[in-house]
Amino acid sequence: MKHFVINPVLNKEFKLRFRSFKSFLGLLFYLLALAILIIGFVFIESLTSSQGFFKPEQSRMMFMMLSILQLILILFITPGLTAGVISSERERQTLNIMLTTAQSSASIVLSKLISSISYLMLLIIASLPLYSFVFLYGGISPIQVLTTVVYYSFTILAFGSLGVLFSTLIRKTIVSMVTTYAVTLFLVGGTAFLTLISLQFGQGYYHMSSSGTPPTTPYAYFMAMLNPVIVLAGSFEPEIHDEIHRITGIKTPLWVSYVISYTIIFVGAILLSIKKLRPNMKKG
Amino acid sequence: MIEIIDLTKRYGKFTALDSLNLKIEKGTVFGFVGQNGAGKSTTFSILSTLLAPTAGTAFVNGYNVQKEAKMVRRQIGYMPDFFGVYDQLKANEYLHFYGASYGIPLSEREKLIPQLLDLVNLTHKRDAYVDLLSRGMKQRLCLARSLIHDPEVLILDEPASGLDPRARIEMREILKELKEMGKTILISSHILPELAEMCDRIGIIDQGKLVAEGGVAEIQAQLKGEKVITVMLAGHAENAIAFFEDEPLVARLQYQPESHTIEFTFKGTDQEQVELLRSAIKYGLAIRSFAEAQVDLEDIFMEITKGVELS
Repeated sequence: MKHFVINPVLNKEFKLRFRSFKSFLGLLFYLLALAILIIGFVFIESLTSSQGFFKPEQSRMMFMMLSILQLILILFITPGLTAGVISSERERQTLNIMLTTAQSSASIVLSKLISSISYLMLLIIASLPLYSFVFLYGGISPIQVLTTVVYYSFTILAFGSLGVLFSTLIRKTIVSMVTTYAVTLFLVGGTAFLTLISLQFGQGYYHMSSSGTPPTTPYAYFMAMLNPVIVLAGSFEPEIHDEIHRITGIKTPLWVSYVISYTIIFVGAILLSIKKLRPNMKKG
Repeated sequence: MIEIIDLTKRYGKFTALDSLNLKIEKGTVFGFVGQNGAGKSTTFSILSTLLAPTAGTAFVNGYNVQKEAKMVRRQIGYMPDFFGVYDQLKANEYLHFYGASYGIPLSEREKLIPQLLDLVNLTHKRDAYVDLLSRGMKQRLCLARSLIHDPEVLILDEPASGLDPRARIEMREILKELKEMGKTILISSHILPELAEMCDRIGIIDQGKLVAEGGVAEIQAQLKGEKVITVMLAGHAENAIAFFEDEPLVARLQYQPESHTIEFTFKGTDQEQVELLRSAIKYGLAIRSFAEAQVDLEDIFMEITKGVELS
């Protein structure tokens, strides 16, 4: 553990990232955007409310909206931060030197992943005071906020590992970046679209059924369990998950399947990155 | 000690290294000479465990580069021909980072890094950002970086390329110091006279094959037994040219009127060389001097690689 905490790549990456003025600008603009959204939401809701005050139900709505928006922001930023971690070292001609040191491939890959996602974690933690706004108006429990933060962390790790994988496999950062964004887009937008299509077909079967037990189609479930936005939205509004369970006939909670599938993706991506970082010297 | 056995590297149909065999003893400074694309960097990359060979293998200090890559990395200090630096790190931090990468404790690094900076004459730049250093300083810093774990073997790919004459001389002085420290150094360079001066042995690689190997004098002898002879004349050049051109063992004769000398290659033995001089004097030629010319490394290189221009 001590060895990992004082890992040289991690130390160096932290130094490089936080010495850069761009990092602080990024943090500033991220918090500004969130603050504008929160204040704007409260302002508009107060204006449109006949009583002229902000109700706990509205506060809950704001929390949901903010959480989903923050998740989308995270999914947008993660590929940008991770898809160049190895390929940029290669392009900068520093990777070969690093690979001739005594550092293990696992140490290099994990340090790169952790250092890049630590910036995202900083964004999330820095946004927590803004989140505390919702407590002023009620409707949300601290455990819900905590669960959301844990969910974000897991999602960042999973999607970040994909960025590191493509960055290891693909030589050019720009190509790695495009590939990671394309895969992320599919896992967010593509699976949402396919879930909707599958649900439509499922609804059709459901209504057409004349027998006692309606037929089910599992496709919507498999698509939905890969979609971070649907899983998060369903945790706020259980009706979404209930509808998916009803149409697909699969009762396993979506978040369980989400955690299992993305753990497999994470472990697979990291192991493959570690294996591919250095050449297989035994095989010419 | 480095041992390369039948090392081959193919990229599709292109053969970058073709059954290369080489043995470099401990403490030797070995110069690797070849044109661009001859296979020097490929050899260096394989020895540095950055590239897997297609066939054959290599050993560094007895460790197999394929089977014991981790141990090989601890034995070598590698300096590539092209390398980048991190733009937000200071020279001191740069060395700390690589020192930590080899597991050297902080207390030890604190003592070691000033010594290394002193060795490469960069003490005054310890707090300067690496990307702001000049090319020569970066090269020297990279050399210091490759020495941080006190490796026995140094693999230096074109360490003096792109440097101005002053920086080149500084680099040469540092390498001399390392030679005195008993390091085994494998070095490639285009600046052949410098290699000849620094290296105990040289190897000439062409199209992935080692075409000559040994000391400069040994390689000269390998050139099909040819010698270059320079004759300074005191009398008429026409007679001398006619005489030497008629000799069967003489080839590629050239006359230089400014110095009034004739230069030619001679394929005979030492005894035949004595006979040639004796005949020339008997013939009545007025000769001021008759001597074997010193062939430098560039001449040897051009001869062996069939005169292809150095890039």
